[in-house]
Amino acid sequence: MTMQPQSLYHRWRKIKSTLMSVTALLCALLVIAPLGLVLGYLIHAGAGAINWDFFTQLPKPVGEVGGGMANAIVGTLTLLGLACAIGVPVGVLGGVYLSEYGSEKSNWWIRFGADVLNGVPSIAWGIVAYALVVVRMKTFSAYAGGVALGFMMIPLIMRTTEEVLLLVPNGYREAALALGISRWKMICQIVMKTAFKGIVTGVLLAAARIAGETAPLLFTAFGNRFWTHDLSQPIAALPLQVFVYAISPYDDWHRQAWAGALVLILMVLFINLIVRFITRGRFAGAGR
Amino acid sequence: MAEINSMTVAAEMKPPSRVGDHVFKWITGLMAFSVLVLIVVVGWELYKGSNLAVHKFGFKFVTSSNWDPVEENFGAWPFIFGTLVSSLIALVIAVPLSVATAVFLTELAPPKLRQPIVSIIEMLAAVPSVIYGLWGIFVLIPWLREHCFPVLQKWLGFLPLFQGPIYGVSMLAAGIIIAIMIVPIITSVSREILRSVPDLQREAAYGLGATRWEVTRIAVLSYAKRGLCGAVILGLGRALGETMAVTMVIGNRPEVAASLFAPGYTLASVIANEFAEATTDMYLSALFEIALVLFAVTIVTNILAQLLISAMGGPRASRAIQ
Repeated sequence: MTMQPQSLYHRWRKIKSTLMSVTALLCALLVIAPLGLVLGYLIHAGAGAINWDFFTQLPKPVGEVGGGMANAIVGTLTLLGLACAIGVPVGVLGGVYLSEYGSEKSNWWIRFGADVLNGVPSIAWGIVAYALVVVRMKTFSAYAGGVALGFMMIPLIMRTTEEVLLLVPNGYREAALALGISRWKMICQIVMKTAFKGIVTGVLLAAARIAGETAPLLFTAFGNRFWTHDLSQPIAALPLQVFVYAISPYDDWHRQAWAGALVLILMVLFINLIVRFITRGRFAGAGR
Repeated sequence: MAEINSMTVAAEMKPPSRVGDHVFKWITGLMAFSVLVLIVVVGWELYKGSNLAVHKFGFKFVTSSNWDPVEENFGAWPFIFGTLVSSLIALVIAVPLSVATAVFLTELAPPKLRQPIVSIIEMLAAVPSVIYGLWGIFVLIPWLREHCFPVLQKWLGFLPLFQGPIYGVSMLAAGIIIAIMIVPIITSVSREILRSVPDLQREAAYGLGATRWEVTRIAVLSYAKRGLCGAVILGLGRALGETMAVTMVIGNRPEVAASLFAPGYTLASVIANEFAEATTDMYLSALFEIALVLFAVTIVTNILAQLLISAMGGPRASRAIQ
């Protein structure tokens, strides 16, 4: 059969196909544009307001120019530490159960539960921590904020830990067991050690995710204008401070908010970079 | 593995103690099942906290639009309305963009370009909500107020959706910000779903002489329909619960207005704004009930999304959810 000359309809189909490809490309560009816009503006507005004082000074009262967010930066790190104290043991050990012990059926339920927990709005975690901790202690506190963030970390860490543990070759397990070591020692000393980088990656990613959370801290950590060394007292946090300053009517505070936001995003991106650096080795891609 | 363990007995060694094993298994199991316990704890705490309001207002709570903390009269309809409308706007904007981007990434983009774009989208997902809010207040809203909204009003002003005074803070602004925030998750889940479409499907369609778009439409998109629905519903779940950025741009006024230029209020943002100030038990209880409504709705949407996605995309897709 000889090729027929292209009919009008045929040509239209081809044009349409090209049109759709171009549309898809434009959509992709539109999707990634906000990152450039947000980051660009953050640097533009925030870089000018960052100076040494920002990292060493307490916030100044309204009207006084200057001051910094030193207490908020330390507060965020403190809250992250408290959150890890809850999220890491529960998440990692839960992940161990999923990969080493759980049956098909129980694993399905646990994974399902973890994914559902992942979708619980962050503000709901704030209320739960309020009901569990703040109401009992009768005061807003760093502990309450840590509990809210820690609960949010659990499902994230659990799923990544399970994934990296599953990547450990079964031969390692069998070899260890064949040497007569008991199973739990095999898991702790062989499996978890082999997958250590991957587990750390998962923890770091979870920490980066919750470092910027504001909603769960609104009525748990509550914020504080001063230094506090007592974890049962309200504590400042960077995202919280950014929020309060952003909705205030003062120009100087707005500048501070941009600076705080820039520091916050640098923190988050820095953790992500470390993760990328770690995962270049054997367990590349496992943490994602 | 149990067989391997018992073989060591034959080698005249003392069998390893099993106590440690049992304890370790129990501890890890306890930790793993704690996620299910946590879901129950969240539900129970919210239910317990909202008891007072549930008994006083009953079903009227969700239909009444009177929110008066002074008179202790609480109805959540304006917040439910605001949540639904802002999430719907977000979906209308985000879904076509995300699916088209996923198609671009799986079907069209040269392999070299794929990883960079995926990385950028991952970074978009990593930006904290409060930063989107800050950007929304100082960059997006002025731009919408000066340039975008007047043009919309001029051309589409005959629709009630685009009438009324322009403040800048509005349902539409909230919808746009939420859209930016849910695009990454819908895109990455859709991408995994599309990747799970077998190549045989595509090859068959190409073999019949279909153009690239026809292959995508007939063989890929229609095959992946259910999974994509899951991705969209997952995005909806995130949109419903989005708090900080929305609180900063929606205007926080408990009104039910037809215009998208009018300020609104959402379930999450009323909790964020008023919870710390709620002084009376009834006020607090009403806010707990709002959280309960939000929790119930997001749980249902999430479960639905999980089922659709896991039926379609397998483990890789459910990993993308994170």
